[in-house]
Amino acid sequence: MSIADKFSTMEYGPAPEDPKEAVVWLESHRRQFGHFIFGAWQAPLQGGYFDSHDPSSGKFLASVAQGTAADVDAAVQAARAASPEWRALTPHARARYLYALSRLIQKHSRRLAVLETMDTGKPIRESRDLDVPLVIRHFYHHAGWAQLLAQEFPDQLPCGIVGQIIPWNFPLLMLAWKIAPALAGANTVVLKPAEFTPLTALAFAEICVEAGLPPGVVNIITGDGSTGEALVRHPGVDKIAFTGSTEVGRAIRRATAPSSQRLSLELGGKSPFIVFEDADLDSAVEGLVDGIWLNQGQVCCAGSRLLMQESIAANLTAKIRARMSKLRLGPSLDKAVDVGAIIAQVQLDRIRRLVEQGIAEGATCWQPDLRLPAHGLYYPPTLLSNVHPTSIVAQQEIFGPVLAAMTFRTPREAVELANNTVYGLAACVWSESINLSLHVAAQLKAGVVWVNCTNLFDASCGFGGYRESGYGREGGREGMREYLEPAWFKNAPALASSFAPVPETTPAASPAIDRTVKLYIGGKQARPDSGYSMEVRAPGGQLLGEAPRGNRKDIRNAVEAAHKAEAWAKAAAHTRAQVLYYCAENLSQRRAEIASRLAEVVGTSQANAELEHSIDRIFSYAAWADKFDGAVHNPPFRNVTLAMNEPVGVIGILCPTEAPLLGFISLVLPALAMGNPVIAVPSESYPLIAGDLYQVFDTSDLPGGAVNIVTGRAPELLEVLAQHDDVDAIWCFTNQTDSQAAKTLSVGNLKQVWTNEGRVIDWFNPQQAEGRWFLAHATQVKNIWIPYGE
Amino acid sequence: MSQPHTSGAMTESRWPSPPLSGDSRTIATLDGRPLLANTGIPLNLDWVQQVRVNTSAVERRAQTHSARRTVKKEWQAAWLLRAITCMDLTTLSGDDTYERVRRLCAKARQPLQQDLVQRLGIQDLDIRVAAVCVYHVFVETALDALKDSGVRVAAVSAGFPAGLSPLAERVNEIRRSVEAGANEIDIVITRAHVFAGEWQALYDEIAAFKQACGSAHLKTILGTGDLMTLRNVARASLVAMMAGADFIKTSTGKETVNATLPVGFVMSWAIRDYAQQTGMAVGFKPAGGIRTAKQSLDWLAMIKEELGDSWLRAEMFRFGVSGLLADIERQLDHYSTGRYAAEYRHPMA
Repeated sequence: MSIADKFSTMEYGPAPEDPKEAVVWLESHRRQFGHFIFGAWQAPLQGGYFDSHDPSSGKFLASVAQGTAADVDAAVQAARAASPEWRALTPHARARYLYALSRLIQKHSRRLAVLETMDTGKPIRESRDLDVPLVIRHFYHHAGWAQLLAQEFPDQLPCGIVGQIIPWNFPLLMLAWKIAPALAGANTVVLKPAEFTPLTALAFAEICVEAGLPPGVVNIITGDGSTGEALVRHPGVDKIAFTGSTEVGRAIRRATAPSSQRLSLELGGKSPFIVFEDADLDSAVEGLVDGIWLNQGQVCCAGSRLLMQESIAANLTAKIRARMSKLRLGPSLDKAVDVGAIIAQVQLDRIRRLVEQGIAEGATCWQPDLRLPAHGLYYPPTLLSNVHPTSIVAQQEIFGPVLAAMTFRTPREAVELANNTVYGLAACVWSESINLSLHVAAQLKAGVVWVNCTNLFDASCGFGGYRESGYGREGGREGMREYLEPAWFKNAPALASSFAPVPETTPAASPAIDRTVKLYIGGKQARPDSGYSMEVRAPGGQLLGEAPRGNRKDIRNAVEAAHKAEAWAKAAAHTRAQVLYYCAENLSQRRAEIASRLAEVVGTSQANAELEHSIDRIFSYAAWADKFDGAVHNPPFRNVTLAMNEPVGVIGILCPTEAPLLGFISLVLPALAMGNPVIAVPSESYPLIAGDLYQVFDTSDLPGGAVNIVTGRAPELLEVLAQHDDVDAIWCFTNQTDSQAAKTLSVGNLKQVWTNEGRVIDWFNPQQAEGRWFLAHATQVKNIWIPYGE
Repeated sequence: MSQPHTSGAMTESRWPSPPLSGDSRTIATLDGRPLLANTGIPLNLDWVQQVRVNTSAVERRAQTHSARRTVKKEWQAAWLLRAITCMDLTTLSGDDTYERVRRLCAKARQPLQQDLVQRLGIQDLDIRVAAVCVYHVFVETALDALKDSGVRVAAVSAGFPAGLSPLAERVNEIRRSVEAGANEIDIVITRAHVFAGEWQALYDEIAAFKQACGSAHLKTILGTGDLMTLRNVARASLVAMMAGADFIKTSTGKETVNATLPVGFVMSWAIRDYAQQTGMAVGFKPAGGIRTAKQSLDWLAMIKEELGDSWLRAEMFRFGVSGLLADIERQLDHYSTGRYAAEYRHPMA
């Protein structure tokens, strides 16, 4: 074709990125890679090799080692061997290493981008302009956290050895999100990249050598799901950080339940993309391009559910179709391609299957008239209209370039539809009204809300989800916390298997009037559904009274009551503070009689101390109620990101045995102060405390349902609470057995689990039993991105 | 499109343009729909008020656009040639002289050196710029210098560049240029009408200019750098089109900020919306600040993406430029020889 012909057609023509340097690098390794363990390449001990291909062309790229349990063990040993020295370094020394890593990635940025595109099939524009720059930014930012570790995270220790498993959609970026905070927090790492995309992690291994990182600080093992499982099950790993599917996240939750391993999960999503009638529609369409067609829609936070206000639906749909017709699909290394290749045949099959099912369920399918390349794995951008919430394409994560569109009538309906999902990772709101945007953003159940923008990320802003999208955050201060633990807690001794305090006094001899303690549900005293009671005896064996034996129906009622206490979460922090101060006042009024009864179980001095500390603690959380503020982040755009501390939701709390009153107060109060309704199960050692407490709550203007108290057998009630899909978090502070059960049983809705790991907490020591550690667990951070400018 | 005024003016047949429809009145297509030349519509204030533009999002679109699209090798050469054919080669300085204008016209007739044309193998394309853009006083000089070349003559008018002389004088100025033979008239709007939201006044003013133009082409300069907000740009674009503008144009070249890609997107979207609502096509002319070949490719790609191939013709798209041609020549030279070029080795305008 001559220039004259091209002058006539005005076609784009090919614009291939030259892969030469990446190919040279692959060849320098003879296209075969072992594991990277203790600073050196190691051939697999038992397993063989498997091949990695370019999904855009199907061409062979390299063979990589299939890791087995033996390889994993070697890597974990290496990380453990490196740990003492790495921890002993000054924060500044670690910061220098992280800085070196960021500089070296910058120097090799194009090779890494090309390699990433060859391995994943994503367009080179994305690897070059999004992935790699964000990787560099992440290491720079965390070089900063490493430097400031002692000042900003005092009295914290690293988790230790961290096992990290990352997905195939953003291989190098997810590596950065995992490794940078881990190293900044003085942890050592064993990372397993995804089976489909191991190459940039292996290139990073070389960069670690170039940076002079001490051997064993970063270890990379390659392999499939079985390698990941071996890493998860390795007893020498102190923390697992996983990004991937919700299904695998559940399996990891189950597998790690018996241990005290820390766990952070960043899982799937079905994120809503809400367009109001007063939005800039052309810009919203472009938001969708960045949302659902970025990386072929293989993005956990992809805006895959389009919610359009009815009045603009037809207009917006026409604009979307016009824009889709202009998307260029083709070889991933072409610089002018918008949509590249799907990662693997299995994923392509899944996308096809789900779209077919969506059509069978009534959706209208529209695809632009694009010619797909003859070779490679491609799927055209797809718009499914007339989708209803019942359709599989509205519920399941497709992980492909497929947009499911629905309409809504009012902002309220938009929020209902948006939240009608098991996920809660991200959401987009498009409206030119700041009132409407923030009104909606506040109500969305999502860890990230983008207002008039899509898929913006920054190392300074936490990323992570609500609900089944996982727990923990990556990035920012909250991301650092995932790799640190309070020093006292890490070193806390194990709880004695049974707690039996010796009473210092004998109880009063004269018989008292029979005291009736009931359950407390929805602000009312309630008899237990079972009609049974259980005896409560002092350590010496004396019968102190009878407590109702709650069962699953009582828990069900309590959870329903808790959800009706929405007013508590929405109440102004100042209002909550006033109610809590009033609780302290009323508890103080009755301190003598409550202490005298409590003394029958824990002795007079502890009873008095518990009352004293409880009143003090309630004051603390009344004080905290309006002071645990969020933050405003300044990512490198013209933008503010509001990091809001939001209540987690309904929290089930199993109170500790060793301090029946103070333990209850120490856990329930931070939850309440942050606006979470609570279902509390008092210690079995003295459940009668419920009777005293609900009288205090009743007289303190606490709205009904904000605190519900169900007494009974802890393991029975724990089971119901942990399995309840409408409970958002479970805090288990009884014992190690219950803690493990809580983790195992919580997988249904992947509720947040926080336990004492069977360790001793000194409830009388505010350094341990009070403050930010508790408040952080009572909240989750929602990052709302608001670009501005006129 | 109104019929060209002078003999030998360009026709669509000069460039193998994308097929339009069989209807000879069709001047462009949008998503397959044939569109007619703009005759204007009554002022629709509801539409003007409904305009929403999110500046940050538009800026982001513009920023990623340049990274999303690129053309290389012979495609790039072809696109640069297309850019030349869409140029309004412009001189609008206080020190302009008749000789200076003649020199510019010579360059317009022969924008590329003959040996370069041969190396590129494009003799048959007969590459020339679309028009020469001058002050009224030079219209006759330019017409004379461009006789039988097919290059059109555009006159800036209506109190250019401030647009603040009395309306009657501005209308008269247009009439005089049309009478002198100008094929195209570039006028500038009263920016104050936009700031005050006096859309009716703006509409009436442009409609009066349009009437004065007769069969000459009306290009309406919004002065986007003065309007400041993208919302103002979108609203002014709509009003100008409603009033019958054949082209909407970004800038006079005299504002501190001239044609920018975010402005280009907003104006393109306005043109698209107007075409969808009315079935009429309006051309687009970014002017000022486009000096490099790379910039011209970004603009062409933007038009291709947002309005489609039928806008990639001089009938529908112009660059208002003075220095761009020199850089394009250098790039074409580099393409054809493999050596980087020096500006002094190419004849100046």
